[in-house]
Amino acid sequence: MSEAVAAVRPRRGRPRGLPRPSTALLWALPPTALLAVVFLYPLALVVRQSVHPDTGGTSLQPYADVLASGAFREALWTTVWLALASTAGCLVLGFALALVIAFVPFPGARAVSRFVDVFLSFPSFLITLALVFVYGTAGLANGLWTDLTGAAEGPFRFLTTPWGVLLAEITYFTPFVMRPLLAAFSQLDTAQVEVAGSLGARAPMIVRRVILPEALPALAAGGSLVLVLCLNEFGIVLFTGAKDVTTLPMLVYGKAILESDYPGACVVAVVNVLISVGLYGLYRVVSRRAGA
Amino acid sequence: MGIRFDGVTVAYDGTVVLDALDLTVAPGEVMALLGPSGSGKTTALRAVAGFVRPASGRVFLGDRDVTDLPPHRRGIGMVVQSYALFPHLRVEDNVAFGLKARRVPRAEIRTRVAEALDLTGMAAHARRHPRELSGGQQQRVAIARALAVRPDVLLLDEPLSALDARLRSGMLTELARLHRELPDVTMLYVTHDQVEALTLADRIAVMDRARLQACGTPRELYRAPADAFTASFVGGANLLPVTVDGKGARFAGTHVELDTTAAAAGARATLCVRPHLVGVGDGPNRLTGTLAEIQWRGATHRLYVDVGGHQVMADVRELREPPGLGDAVTLHFAPEDAVLLPAGVGDE
Repeated sequence: MSEAVAAVRPRRGRPRGLPRPSTALLWALPPTALLAVVFLYPLALVVRQSVHPDTGGTSLQPYADVLASGAFREALWTTVWLALASTAGCLVLGFALALVIAFVPFPGARAVSRFVDVFLSFPSFLITLALVFVYGTAGLANGLWTDLTGAAEGPFRFLTTPWGVLLAEITYFTPFVMRPLLAAFSQLDTAQVEVAGSLGARAPMIVRRVILPEALPALAAGGSLVLVLCLNEFGIVLFTGAKDVTTLPMLVYGKAILESDYPGACVVAVVNVLISVGLYGLYRVVSRRAGA
Repeated sequence: MGIRFDGVTVAYDGTVVLDALDLTVAPGEVMALLGPSGSGKTTALRAVAGFVRPASGRVFLGDRDVTDLPPHRRGIGMVVQSYALFPHLRVEDNVAFGLKARRVPRAEIRTRVAEALDLTGMAAHARRHPRELSGGQQQRVAIARALAVRPDVLLLDEPLSALDARLRSGMLTELARLHRELPDVTMLYVTHDQVEALTLADRIAVMDRARLQACGTPRELYRAPADAFTASFVGGANLLPVTVDGKGARFAGTHVELDTTAAAAGARATLCVRPHLVGVGDGPNRLTGTLAEIQWRGATHRLYVDVGGHQVMADVRELREPPGLGDAVTLHFAPEDAVLLPAGVGDE
């Protein structure tokens, strides 16, 4: 009896089950150390290198040089508009496809939904490669055209332009928007859709006023993920073979590997990281305001 | 505007969930579809709403055949068990939803929203979001939303099932009041709760295993059920196998008197008598048996008495000195309180 009373009596100080503060600190040490070694240290090295020009000493000259160069500004612009356009495309296409899979009963909807999961595991270059096989200079579409018309070349040349990159990014990243959307749609009470219909609402109004508001958090989550991934996408741009499309990751690669301009490469890398972190911060602020 | 089911059959993947339903609901009538789960009652309601397409048969609203019309063109109001309020819209916007969908002028929307919220006693909560309301309040908003479009037909699908017992009884009174204030609105009320059906409905359609079993006023179904399922589902009943003889029937070796005009002498039949119409002690139609079980229910005692191998239930006013298990108990019932049903059904 006395033992039972002792067991329920609240103890002074730290609650039961939680380690002492000093022990807690000890537990936090290994992951922090690991993070510092494998992530923060290399990042610090990149930042350090970016302020150490080849001429020696510490200076912000590499930043002045890179930021003043037309190539950088063009790459920055290309990166941002491609990422924004891809994200917009993925949101529109992903929302439409997820709507059909979730709300239009058709045989095989489950199989399509499963395939979306499998698609997420594909490497980005694979999709690009597939597009090259279909729309490339010697691809399926051009081959069919030349066979049919006897022309020397087919009309499909957009793959090596920014539009090719855009198409590849939208194709590859759309499932990243669909996955959270399908999860959100599965939580939606279908009675809401039915009641809206019985009240006189047609499909467009039901989508706009019933489904979309409930899908906003999922759209924000999928959209921000796609935006950050597109900003940093390297494989797709490289594999489309679009020589004139230079994004920030491509510029880092060019400066570091082709020009051996490490300080310049590091400056671009730092800018790229800042944009990603900045956009992520913006997303957190916006989503918190929206109550997502 | 009335509702008419004309041989409506609904099947999913070859399984018939509603079997050739013929039913007419008069304009302004409250019809309860009462039955256990899987009886087809919700399917019937969904066929009126336009969410399921009959494999055969037609559904009429008034004189209009609506079988092929999409839900948004049927002009009905609907209230469901889960309320299905739009969580991101305020109460007033939820109620205005159907009016906006029907492109009602803005000024009129405002007056009709206020009207509907007044009618359901929710005017003070117009600016709230559904998550800030209790279950009962949310259901009132759902009813206001359905009524705001001034439907001729209101479909209610287990509207009180998500509420606790006390709230449910309050809402039942509210629904009855609403019906009195809106006598022209035809209501189809799906429920598995016989109390809701008996309290609210002008007529009850009893459903079981995809079929309509019986249809009539609550009093008819209660007093003179046509079959054993209706008898046991509406109110609960003793169903005892008997053989009809001259001026009554024989049950477990005892002669009981009752009206047997509907049955031929020598025929097997089922005697139906409500437990609260069975008394303890001497009286007409005496049955003697041993007490198998006794339950105290506050104001009443429920006795389970074994009479010749058959269980007879009796609900009696709380007994000061209840008998013990195994004691001999004498029961009785008035001949006019017993109903004779077709044979065999009582053996189920």
